[in-house]
Amino acid sequence: MKRVTGAALCALLAGGVAFSANAETKLTIATVNNGDMIRMQKLTDDFTSKNPDISLEWVTLEENTLRQRVTTDIATKGGQYDIMTIGTYEVPIWAEKGWLAPLDNLGADYDTDDIMPAIRSAVSNDGKLYAAPFYAESSMMMYRTDLFEKAGITINGRLTWDQTLDIAKKLHDPDNGVYGICLRGKAGWGENMALITTMGNAYGARLFDENWNPTFDSPEWKNALDMYVEILGKYGPPGATSNGFNENLSLFNSGKCGMWIDATVAASFVSNPKESTVADKVGFTEAPCAETCTGANWLWAWNLGIPTGSQKVEAAQKFIAWATSKDYLELVASKEGWANVPPGTRMSLYENPKYLEAAPFADETLLAIDSADPINSTMKPKPYVGVQFAAIPEFQGIGTTVGQQFSAALAGSSTVEDALAAAQSGTDRTMRKAGYY
Amino acid sequence: MENKQTPLGHIGFSIFAWIVGLLIFFPIFWMVLTSFKTELEAVSIPPSFISFDWTLENYAEVQARSDYFRFAMNSVILSVGSTLVGLLFAVPCAWAMAFNPTKRTKDALLWMLSTKMMPPVGVLVPIYLVFRDWGLLDTRFGLIMVLFLMNLPIMVWMLYTYFKEIPSDILEAARMDGATLPKEIIFVLLPMAVPGIASTMLLNIILAWNEAFWTLNLTTADAAPLTAFIASYSSPEGLFWSKLSAASTLAVAPILIIGWFSQKQLVRGLTFGAVK
Repeated sequence: MKRVTGAALCALLAGGVAFSANAETKLTIATVNNGDMIRMQKLTDDFTSKNPDISLEWVTLEENTLRQRVTTDIATKGGQYDIMTIGTYEVPIWAEKGWLAPLDNLGADYDTDDIMPAIRSAVSNDGKLYAAPFYAESSMMMYRTDLFEKAGITINGRLTWDQTLDIAKKLHDPDNGVYGICLRGKAGWGENMALITTMGNAYGARLFDENWNPTFDSPEWKNALDMYVEILGKYGPPGATSNGFNENLSLFNSGKCGMWIDATVAASFVSNPKESTVADKVGFTEAPCAETCTGANWLWAWNLGIPTGSQKVEAAQKFIAWATSKDYLELVASKEGWANVPPGTRMSLYENPKYLEAAPFADETLLAIDSADPINSTMKPKPYVGVQFAAIPEFQGIGTTVGQQFSAALAGSSTVEDALAAAQSGTDRTMRKAGYY
Repeated sequence: MENKQTPLGHIGFSIFAWIVGLLIFFPIFWMVLTSFKTELEAVSIPPSFISFDWTLENYAEVQARSDYFRFAMNSVILSVGSTLVGLLFAVPCAWAMAFNPTKRTKDALLWMLSTKMMPPVGVLVPIYLVFRDWGLLDTRFGLIMVLFLMNLPIMVWMLYTYFKEIPSDILEAARMDGATLPKEIIFVLLPMAVPGIASTMLLNIILAWNEAFWTLNLTTADAAPLTAFIASYSSPEGLFWSKLSAASTLAVAPILIIGWFSQKQLVRGLTFGAVK
């Protein structure tokens, strides 16, 4: 009996050893917490059933923590992650530094040409894809159709910022809890600066001239910032300096904003009756222009990239190919409906009648993403890549400092002139120190 | 000293204490309340206080999305582990400083405390590199070491304050009776300092439990504690307050319960030697 038990134990142990020898490749994926990413986590059974030798470990983090965490890891080649969720700001910088593995084995049926050209160029370096876009966004205007109707306002063609100011004036009714316009006021390179830089582009400004000199002392920047401070300061909600995407989303969804210019991804939230009290009263149109429409709306994408420190590049590419494929869009549609498909990355999605029917904001989103070009986003020539940012390592710091100056101008604790002068001198100092001139 | 407080003064003082207490408690109360709201109700203006549709869907969602118990277990291991390792070093250190002080003891104590004044992000990259080279990234052992070293100055300070209150004559008597140094510390000093050690342990467990810089930066999945669990519910684009509140409530619940039951020791430990 003892012998039998011993043999059984041995067999079990051997089985265990054999099992562990066949161990799966575990991919650790760092990601942000947003609806599309969470949906992907829920649908990964589809991937693991097709690839039983690969298991997935998700590390979901808050955006700023994620950025700090993955930057530390990739810069030190820590090798903690096999796949990282990174923005269009990081991709060109990290690819240039050799921190990202090129995605050259995504499979024959991946159809790279189907990726929106603007997005593809934002995540490529020297013609090679260094990250695959998971979802993309531009910026556009969301407005309350009922309030527009009541005020007798109709939109004919693309609005200018001057027209937007007039509309904000008409809609502004704080006594009844409606503010003319909601815009980002919270300081940060990805917060107020994203919007203000697109306003600057529309007014003919640029962040740097051809020789990398900052241009905040130009009249174009003055016009843009004057407009921003006037429209949001006079016709925005109180305490606008602490409002970012989510705060404005809350305000808009509770019926407090006449207009809101922000990420196209907001469209699905504001028109979702489960989240929004004004879901059936929202219209969409392009972000306003001024001197030009070039660069008047931003371009951003969350992408999946593989750090060169990863030992599991092949398995990681398999996962990325799955998560950013056309089949994945079909999978989401079959489980969660077409309105919940990650938007903005594939042209074929915008030719799909089922998607166009389910997403009333699809046309405007496509128009916005299509018109945003990270290379040609300013009226005058510029040396950097990016619409609402400059893809250089120094920009995060510069953007946040300048964002604080502009936020101070909005709060009234400094003037527009002082804010621009401080932005100019601070940026000049940083660029000089960094050796640009 | 005779208590000269008038009844009116006493009532006034009690009201003031209650107001301060409620102010401190309010954010926790609001967090718990928000965890039972829908995302839309969580951000509605004006906020609804009690009259909303109470829901448990946030807790269900959090349970479905994350393995709470794995994070919680890591939190327990890290906080208790770092505290126990800390005690091993802090007790002898505090003993030496309390009973055999030198000219430089005060300076050494102050220097130890001054290490707490450096912003941790200043040493993130060097420590990250050390962790990478020693294979400590995302390991509980590595994190226990960091948390223990981080809290060591506070442990030494607290224990030192305690030990100072114990008459050195008792230890001397033990020595006269032939007790060796380890016996003196283990059988004479420690039993007398149990309340002090208990409150030091409790405070350090709380500090390690709540530590959110190193635990986020040095872990990915295997060693990630509840701080990483909470951080995963903040969203850059989309409403998240009620789910984040549910995650936070689950994360603070264990430490809140421990704190509640041990508040007497905790208050005693924190105020020991402060009022004479």
